[in-house]
Amino acid sequence: MDGKHAKLERNGIAFAMMILFVASLGGIFEIAPLFTIENTVEEAPGMRPYSPLELAGRDIYVREGCYACHSQMIRTLKSDVDRYGHYSLAAESMYDHPHQWGSKRTGPDLARIGQKYSDAWHVAHLKAPREFVQGSVMPGYPFLSETPLDTKPLPASLRALQRAGVPYTDAQIEAAVRDAAAQADVDVDFEDELRESYGENVQVRDFDGQPDRLTEMDALVAYLQMLGTLVDFDQIKTEEIAR
Amino acid sequence: MIRQFELVLSLLVTLIVMVLGIAILGFGRGTGYILHGWVIAGFSAWGAMYLVNHLSDPAPVIPLEYKDNVIKWGVLACFVWGVIGFTVGDIIAWQLAVPALNGDMWWSNFGRIRPVHTTAVIFGFGGNALIATSFYVVQRTSRARLASETAPWLVFAGYNLFVFLAVTGYPMGITQSKEYAEPEWYADLILLFTWVTYLWLYMATLARRAEPHIYVANWYYLGFIVVIAMLHVVNNLAVPVSIAYPKSYPLFAGVQDAMTQWWYGHNAVGFLLTAGFLGMMYYFLPKAAGRPIYSYRMSILGFWGITFLYLWAGSHHLHYTALPDWVQYLGMTMSIILLVPSWGSVFNGLLTLNGAWDKVRTDPAIRFMMVAVLFYGVATFEGSFLAIRPVNTLSHYTDWTVGHVHAGALGWVAFITFGAMYKMVPWIWKREGTYSLRLEAWHFWLALSGTLIYVGAMWNSGITQSLMWQTYEPSGAFTYAFIDTVDAMRPYYTARAIGGFLYLLGALIGAYNIYMTVNGPRVEAKDTDARPLAQPAE
Repeated sequence: MDGKHAKLERNGIAFAMMILFVASLGGIFEIAPLFTIENTVEEAPGMRPYSPLELAGRDIYVREGCYACHSQMIRTLKSDVDRYGHYSLAAESMYDHPHQWGSKRTGPDLARIGQKYSDAWHVAHLKAPREFVQGSVMPGYPFLSETPLDTKPLPASLRALQRAGVPYTDAQIEAAVRDAAAQADVDVDFEDELRESYGENVQVRDFDGQPDRLTEMDALVAYLQMLGTLVDFDQIKTEEIAR
Repeated sequence: MIRQFELVLSLLVTLIVMVLGIAILGFGRGTGYILHGWVIAGFSAWGAMYLVNHLSDPAPVIPLEYKDNVIKWGVLACFVWGVIGFTVGDIIAWQLAVPALNGDMWWSNFGRIRPVHTTAVIFGFGGNALIATSFYVVQRTSRARLASETAPWLVFAGYNLFVFLAVTGYPMGITQSKEYAEPEWYADLILLFTWVTYLWLYMATLARRAEPHIYVANWYYLGFIVVIAMLHVVNNLAVPVSIAYPKSYPLFAGVQDAMTQWWYGHNAVGFLLTAGFLGMMYYFLPKAAGRPIYSYRMSILGFWGITFLYLWAGSHHLHYTALPDWVQYLGMTMSIILLVPSWGSVFNGLLTLNGAWDKVRTDPAIRFMMVAVLFYGVATFEGSFLAIRPVNTLSHYTDWTVGHVHAGALGWVAFITFGAMYKMVPWIWKREGTYSLRLEAWHFWLALSGTLIYVGAMWNSGITQSLMWQTYEPSGAFTYAFIDTVDAMRPYYTARAIGGFLYLLGALIGAYNIYMTVNGPRVEAKDTDARPLAQPAE
């Protein structure tokens, strides 16, 4: 061994190539198959891409770095399932660019936070967490209610996601700005169009308690309220989900 | 001829970066993004001007000595980012203990400034320490001057531009929210250019070596450079929204993105925070102790073991998740085997001190390095332990992970860096020694007590919280609501913040000591290998 290695030590380029080869094996064997094995991402009825408003909310979630304290991944452990609900399926994050599974639960898991609390609770809690949960260490986000939602980048955002493989149609991309405003519209003028475009489980209402304004709070609450609500677990036999 | 080619190539790269900056400041929307455009354009324009001005200069006479001026700047950057990173780290530690400190302003909350801490310490402090010491080590062990006069500056400047863009971007909301890979696409591109230059420079310098063999420290530095390049490219594949926005969407989604992310994340630990700093250990520890490396064979085993195994271990961050089980088991298995080469390096380091153990008592720099190796041993044992699935049910999502990372980061990475810096700074500035051994010792004891308080607090808080999460009443209901488990963390969070403060205090004393050392009187070098060997004419 020593003799062969001594030879390698005399050749810088060979040494670097050897490093690259040896180091690439792990990724080739562990990551590459995930793109080809059928059951990595199982079929799950109800999964759909994010509506433009939900996507804008998700972008805010990403921007604020919520992953630093909140996971979105319910493990297959009893204590996880009992506290947060059905364990997370791979399919439930199939449109998540990037995933937000997280690595730390300074606060609770949010994978199924949707529709567990009222919009008003979310808005008030996000503004001043300790007024609603004594002892919480969460920062307050009062500025979200004051900041108008910038919907202008949404068509480009949907287009970028389409390029990354999310099945947005060109019609959806074109209507992104209108759809975002419509979903938080108190008069729900476009409710049917939205449902037709994104599916029955789109929640249409004013989220932030300010019906005359479209704010970042609208988007974030719309996102939180749909988390984990898409898949209909009555229609799934969990034993059939090969893992 | 070669020199001209190199200058033109450098100019080209600088101009590409400048065009990127101009495009951003021209088309960009949003204050932070446009500011970044100005910084990129201004910085690279200044670099391009410098290169143009020197394009027609006659070839300078390159002195027969090591190129150390860029290393001096690296030392400065290392300490500046270190102090910034430790300070922000302690601020966010206090935010958890006293949540009102979040300020509830858009830029000041924990989520936005936590990556400022991680990026400033990992990439700012750690990265600059590695680049600076790698330049030092590759020249001494090859008996050759760095292969280029301009490339080292491009590496130093490009790298610190990347760290600056990253760290200033987060408070303004510019982030991918991929842990330890938060910088957006344009910062990633700048790092890519920088890294390719770094790799080329390192290889070219090795190619000029007067020694037939490549010394073991260089294997590790090379492993660090090559693997980080691979990880950075694959994990940051993304589709930018448009030139008008800093935002991009990663190419992979869900499970694939998670696995790629932790393949990256775990090996940023494996190759930046481990392999790179093992390179540091393999040069500075034997050099400082005046003893040869204990075992050549153990070095080989350790190096290839780490290079092979680490890349498989990332999936232990995803136990019991939606990632297919076979990948989880594979990751767990490899993580456990990884203990063998890791402890091989530990024993190789410790046994190198045989015959020089008295210096651990008298020389704080060697004490720093010795304790660093011990912490490396503790952290790698703990890492393999936490990768075991049932153990992971207790530790995952808790502060135990945070404590584990800091045992490695504070105890290993920063300790070996401080030890190496206390040796290298007097060597490159040609000083008799450090300004004050007493202050060095103060730094050591403050850093050690800070680390122990930090890690101890996090062990306790992590295990406490996890057990509380899993405690049931006989009725089958949970004993504790989530918020009860948060309440229980209060004393540990305060203790952690105090530990962090002690560590910061030590680092400030260290920075002062380094500053005074540089300000001290110069002595003539006595080292026989203080010069490169003459190169054949090119």
